[in-house]
Amino acid sequence: MSETLMPLWEVFIRNRSGMPHKHCGSVHAADATMALQAARDVYTRRGESVSIWVIPSSAITASDPGDKDHLFEPTASKPYRHPTFYTVPDEVGHM
Amino acid sequence: MYTQGLNSTDAAATAHSEDPARLGRFQNKVDVEDKVEPNDWMPEAYRRTLVRQISQHAHSEVIGMQPEGNWLTRAPSLRRKAGLLAKVQDEAGHGLYLYAAAETLGISREEMVEQLLAGKAKYSSIFNYPTLSWADIGAIGWLVDGAAIMNQIPLCRCSFGPYARAMIRICKEESFHQRQGYEIMLTLCNGTAAQKQMAQDALNRFWWPVLMMFGPSDKESLHSTDTMKWKIKRFSNDDLRQKFIDATVPQGHYLGLTFPDPDLTFDAASGHWRTGEIDWSEFKRVLAGDGPCNRQRMHTRTTAHADGAWVREAALAYAAKRAKRADRAPQAAE
Repeated sequence: MSETLMPLWEVFIRNRSGMPHKHCGSVHAADATMALQAARDVYTRRGESVSIWVIPSSAITASDPGDKDHLFEPTASKPYRHPTFYTVPDEVGHM
Repeated sequence: MYTQGLNSTDAAATAHSEDPARLGRFQNKVDVEDKVEPNDWMPEAYRRTLVRQISQHAHSEVIGMQPEGNWLTRAPSLRRKAGLLAKVQDEAGHGLYLYAAAETLGISREEMVEQLLAGKAKYSSIFNYPTLSWADIGAIGWLVDGAAIMNQIPLCRCSFGPYARAMIRICKEESFHQRQGYEIMLTLCNGTAAQKQMAQDALNRFWWPVLMMFGPSDKESLHSTDTMKWKIKRFSNDDLRQKFIDATVPQGHYLGLTFPDPDLTFDAASGHWRTGEIDWSEFKRVLAGDGPCNRQRMHTRTTAHADGAWVREAALAYAAKRAKRADRAPQAAE
């Protein structure tokens, strides 16, 4: 490679509906300010967003897809965490 | 937009050299329509095919700005200029989404750009045709983007997650492109005889090259089995081409234009429009680098890249300087 690699940033945007910031893609930029501007140009050309976060991709720690069975096992074996696990008589109505 | 790269897989990395158990698990995952994500295990040939395919797609978006950019300063009204500018900006954005999707497979954007500039990576043949009149902008939006949509909608269900997600975004934006092109054609066709003739001339020049965008005929496309099996590609070249023809011919007739194909007929039995034979020697020539504008397109791209080098260097140097200063004089968090 003849050129220095331009750092990579992950882009998160929050739309008008008040939902949390959601990952929408990535951009390359030399610093955070330029990353924000690039993210605006690339991911919000049609009013998709009221707020943008950019985070250096290198700062993200991700789980390993190969570990997913044991990593998420505790949730699969605990049906008692869900409301439908418990019985409420019909006469009581909606609860 | 432009996926002629789907027509070949890398012979060098055949699936046979890999662990059959892993391959089996991978294929099962694909068969049940689970998405393959960047950190998942995947066959080397799947990875390489996608890198080539997605990067070619990205290069096509980037080079595709040139034929349309040619008319930005000469658009006939402010409304047309604003629309065209927005479209060209979208193409840049699409290129960037796609480069990012390819990067998740372990190739850097700089490497992909280098492959394009070195002539090692291809882009869609259609962008090697010139835009000689304003009507060509209408024809490109209507036909080239129309063909791209046909190609891209099935790619929204591609087995590779980042590519599929990029395609969903792109398809949403592409529909504006086609409509703005058709509106340009409609306006010209409702105008003076000379304006209508411009529209006809654009259709005459773009029709066949647009049909070639779908790639070689299924009879000649030898490598599509792996990409079909891996659910990168969902429909054959000829199937997509036929869908496009069936959708587009009535639109052209509504404009009052004729297609430059004496053999074009409606086959009532099958419900399909049948075209004459495509001139595949032209397709091969343009792909091999000898189309009307290949050298000009590459020259423009290479010059733009070289002219921008100092900007990239300056931005990096500035970021490095700021980071160094921040190290030296730490401040309380704001």
